[in-house]
Amino acid sequence: MTAATFAPENLSKRVSPGTAVRNTLTLAWRNLVQIKHNPMELLDLSIQPIMFVLLFAYVFGPAMTGSVDKYLPVVIPGIIAQNALFAGMSTGFGLNTDITKGVFDRFRSLPISRSAPLAGRIIADTAKQAWSMTILLAVGFAIGFRVETNVFALLTAFVLLLAFAVLFSWTSVFIAMKVNEPEKVQIFGFVVIFPLSFLSTAFIPNTDGIPDWLAFIMDNSPVTQLVESMRGLLVGGPVLEHAWIALAWGVGISLVFAPLSLRAFKKRA
Amino acid sequence: MTYAIQAEGLEKRFGETQALAGVSLTAEAGTVLGVLGPNGAGKTTMTRILATLIEPTGGSAKVAGFDVVKDAHKVRQLIGLTGQYAGVDEMLTGTENLVLIGRLLGISRKESKARAAELLERFQLTEAAERAAKTYSGGMRRRLDLAASLVGRPQFLFLDEPTTGLDPRSRNGLWDIVRGLTDDGVTVLLTTQYLEEADQLADDIVVIDRGQVIAHGTSDVLKAQVGGQVLEVTPVSAADLDTVSRIVGELAEAVPEVRDGLVSAPITDPQLMPAVVRRLDDAGVTVGELSLRKSSLDEVFFALTGHHTDDIDAEAGELADADKEGASA
Repeated sequence: MTAATFAPENLSKRVSPGTAVRNTLTLAWRNLVQIKHNPMELLDLSIQPIMFVLLFAYVFGPAMTGSVDKYLPVVIPGIIAQNALFAGMSTGFGLNTDITKGVFDRFRSLPISRSAPLAGRIIADTAKQAWSMTILLAVGFAIGFRVETNVFALLTAFVLLLAFAVLFSWTSVFIAMKVNEPEKVQIFGFVVIFPLSFLSTAFIPNTDGIPDWLAFIMDNSPVTQLVESMRGLLVGGPVLEHAWIALAWGVGISLVFAPLSLRAFKKRA
Repeated sequence: MTYAIQAEGLEKRFGETQALAGVSLTAEAGTVLGVLGPNGAGKTTMTRILATLIEPTGGSAKVAGFDVVKDAHKVRQLIGLTGQYAGVDEMLTGTENLVLIGRLLGISRKESKARAAELLERFQLTEAAERAAKTYSGGMRRRLDLAASLVGRPQFLFLDEPTTGLDPRSRNGLWDIVRGLTDDGVTVLLTTQYLEEADQLADDIVVIDRGQVIAHGTSDVLKAQVGGQVLEVTPVSAADLDTVSRIVGELAEAVPEVRDGLVSAPITDPQLMPAVVRRLDDAGVTVGELSLRKSSLDEVFFALTGHHTDDIDAEAGELADADKEGASA
């Protein structure tokens, strides 16, 4: 190793926007290349959605709507939304792993953009989300689900889902900052997201027959709004009236949890 | 003169816990500064402040003349950090880990790969280069971690307990590497719980306890201050303890400690041994065990502070937790 020449005047004062973007992409690459060494993760991203589609369609379908075919337009958009919430927990899981393993410290001791470690992870997780949604649509297609709208609506569905997922992932970032081991992110996520995703219209056509107070909660849940937007965009029906509420929920959630996460992080550091 | 690393009255408070209560230290360029202290003394907290990971609640610190808070970005361009927990991505291979750092530092892909290969070779990891780091042994992980902190050829290296938990062979290997670094002009700040490690590697040693510097100097100065070696005498009969204590005290010119039928005192002159034997014989004491050994950190602490490190561990459990929590974020 040659002794580096020490030239303080050559040091940059701050991270330039170009460097910040490059840092973020490098860290996104790092999160995706992990899959190469841990193919189980990809399986996890694929098998769970496939299982959910098959089980729900064939076990619940006939009882819900009289036939599997009639249930698919209900349940595929529902599972797409529900799966996005669960997959969002992996952001927190990975973040907490980095923090507890000391990888995060290493990154923060480097002259890189302060937001790159988190932004890189979110970009990588968004790619994984897109992968999961593609798998869900493909499995759905294989058993008879059809997109009844158009390509533009389909692309909008992707964009809306990914946008909601990114906004919602602040909740898992917050949990990651609060707990001391990655497994707790999963447990906590499961305990919150399981009821949240079921207290919606994700697996049912509507809330008819459900007690008024519960139906009120379910109708106004962010998950229901997301599910209904997905249905509108994929199989037809009202979109806007649901999509903007879903996004408003997402923005609201991130406005609450992003500052809370930053505060928790500073306290922890 | 300007020091390569300089801290003045550093304070850090975590809620109710005062992890650092005014630490001042300096290190000259191209030297190794050893920061010696037990668990929970504040070593990790101090390293994290110097490495710009956390901000102090009081005092200031400079690296190469740059303030670690105000000029943090400049400081980061000069330092390398190897934390207490090996900060390598277990899912990536050795090569990928190093290339990742290279890319983050703005080094081209090709150059990053070359640099990775060079460092892996130097740290005897070439054979494991294409294996995921999760398959590495503890010693290999530490070496990869150290390699990662050297990718950018830093002028300053912070090593936070680099050998804790390593077997003696891996420890010796790491020591050789650290020695090699200063030959390249790198300034190293090394924290450790082991007196021997500080003795082996550090040009200057700062001893810290409960967030404060309690001693400072070269290894020799400290040894002279606290006794580089410990004389231990166990008389066969407990009735002789007072006599033994008196003789040892006179010769060592220190107040001996009497515990569990054993008299011990720090000594600076190893040539005392024959005199001790003669005096004990003259006094008619039958000796069960007599030994001369290097001081442990615990004894240095006892000599400096009047309390043992394990007392501190028990009392400062909270502090240790704060330190740990700091380390994990």
